[in-house]
Amino acid sequence: MSNPFLSVRDLTVDFHTEDGVVHAVDGLSFDVEKGTTLGIVGESGSGKSVTNLSVLGLHNPETTKISGEIHLDGQELIGASRSTMEKLRGNKVAMIFQDPLTSLSPYHTIGRQIGEVYRKHTGASKAEAKARAVEMLTRVGIPQPKIRVDDYPHQFSGGMRQRAMIAMALVCDPDLLIADEPTTALDVTVQAQILDLLKELQDQTGASIIMITHDLGVVASTAHNVLVMYAGRAVERGTVKEVLGEPRHPYTWGLLASMPRLTASVDVPLTPVRGTPPSLINLPSGCPFHPRCDYVNLAGPELCRGERPELSPHRGHGDACYLTLAQKREIHQ
Amino acid sequence: MFRFITRRTLGALVTLLIIAACTFFLFFAIPADPARLACGKVCPPELLEQARHNLGMDQPLFAQFLAWVAGIFVGRDYEGLGNCPAPCLGFSFVNRAPVLDTILDRMPLTVSLTIGAAAVFLTFGVATGIIAALKQGKALDKIASVSSLVGASLQIYFVGTLALYFLVYQNHILQQPKYVPFTENPAAWAAGLALPWVVLAIIFTANYTRMTRSTMVEQLSEDYVRTARAKGMPGRSVVMRFALRGTLIPIVTIFGVDLGTLIGGAIITETTFGLQGIGQLSVKAVGNSDLPMLMATVLVAAGAIVVFNIIVDVMYAVIDPRVRLS
Repeated sequence: MSNPFLSVRDLTVDFHTEDGVVHAVDGLSFDVEKGTTLGIVGESGSGKSVTNLSVLGLHNPETTKISGEIHLDGQELIGASRSTMEKLRGNKVAMIFQDPLTSLSPYHTIGRQIGEVYRKHTGASKAEAKARAVEMLTRVGIPQPKIRVDDYPHQFSGGMRQRAMIAMALVCDPDLLIADEPTTALDVTVQAQILDLLKELQDQTGASIIMITHDLGVVASTAHNVLVMYAGRAVERGTVKEVLGEPRHPYTWGLLASMPRLTASVDVPLTPVRGTPPSLINLPSGCPFHPRCDYVNLAGPELCRGERPELSPHRGHGDACYLTLAQKREIHQ
Repeated sequence: MFRFITRRTLGALVTLLIIAACTFFLFFAIPADPARLACGKVCPPELLEQARHNLGMDQPLFAQFLAWVAGIFVGRDYEGLGNCPAPCLGFSFVNRAPVLDTILDRMPLTVSLTIGAAAVFLTFGVATGIIAALKQGKALDKIASVSSLVGASLQIYFVGTLALYFLVYQNHILQQPKYVPFTENPAAWAAGLALPWVVLAIIFTANYTRMTRSTMVEQLSEDYVRTARAKGMPGRSVVMRFALRGTLIPIVTIFGVDLGTLIGGAIITETTFGLQGIGQLSVKAVGNSDLPMLMATVLVAAGAIVVFNIIVDVMYAVIDPRVRLS
């Protein structure tokens, strides 16, 4: 596994706004191996969506400054030409968005929206593209695809719209699928179906998936590896088993404690992570999580407030916290 | 769709009938006597009585209105004045001719004026609006905003007079406005109307620039526009096929209103450039107390608004499949 399919190194994304520079992503590195799923978890504003929009170059070039490296299958994407990116998008890398109602064009039929991606990247004829759209709708489990292909998104139910969105994303057999909170806007019963569908399609195509979510349940059921993000940085990284089984970062503990569990008694209240996410314009010094962390005194206030902790160890299960491994194990039984 | 249009057309006819009645009864509230005007300067009482009778003005008001409505279907005959075949919208006491003939005679000018100007301001307004939206905050955007503000504050008689002076009398860039029927000589038709088109366009473009810009800015930040980019759609197609589609709705709305208004008569424009269109006709009808002519011009204006409103509603459904006509 020396050459991961997607490799992001020291990615930094700054937005220039009227209030100042927003450090949306700050020195982020991660890899995605072929055929695996990486779950990226974090609160709103932790930089998880921004990271993935910049992989596709979908940020606003006027106000956004990006540095670092993004290698996709050996190709550098930062600074790549517009036509290179246009050839890549929807073809090698596809994206699924959170709200399928607003993310699909209300003015074009489902078939047209799926077909045009195919035509753009393969040069297929209109008829071929339509046949392909029907085939894709069949694959994602839309009943009567030959009829529904001519429907508009508003004639579909929420779950069907997300299926159509997935069909659109997969029409060119992408190697990497970025799913940005694909189930957040859906009914709970539909959520599981969509996640199952994604897993099934991954088994068939061998695509890599980046699953962006704030729902650890989604990560547990779909991902192989996890990246926990906080304030534009990775605070913990590892396999699903490592991160969810033996979490090491206080923020990950907080996320787990704030999640409802079927096994817990109903009397045990959920504990939210106290405080609010930091301002990305004026980040706290040192560890960005220290103002919300319960273990600053244990780890050493000077350390936590002074220098920013890096992910360590470099490979495998790593976290960015000054607590010693023994302390972490003791705190999180 | 067909049922929608039928229903709306029936509604439109009722609207027009109400407007006709309002115009008719309002006219008798003003102190003017068409019979005296028809009779001439020196008018003995018997002749005046005769004129009253000929014009049907010795009948009760309501009967007169009914006679007018009936005339539309069966035509009317004015003893000693002339015949007005169906559909008779009235017979002008001043011109001594059916008003419909006069209206149809002037209509081509007003329609030419409207269509030419509309083509210019729609194209130009939407184009500058798109550019301004794409270059948000840049120099081009600011130029577009400032010039559209200036354009919106200008008046036709001001711009028109300046344009006449500089473009026609001083530099002979454009012709003195005159109307040549399109069927006679298309080049002369365009050359004769170029100046009023440009002047109307200067005034109207501003609205379209501002409307297009603000809606386009909104549309460009829509999720589905982002999706289109994420699919690899090239920038131009994202703008023209996805973002512009949603922008069309408010544009079509104001375009319908503007077209309706202009067909009803660009009174100031026609006066400024000395063109004899529907607008001039209505102004003269008021001055001459020419009730039938006045009613006809009001009906043309109202009819244009009503018709374009129906067209706009149909266009909504064409542009946005979520709109169902019912």
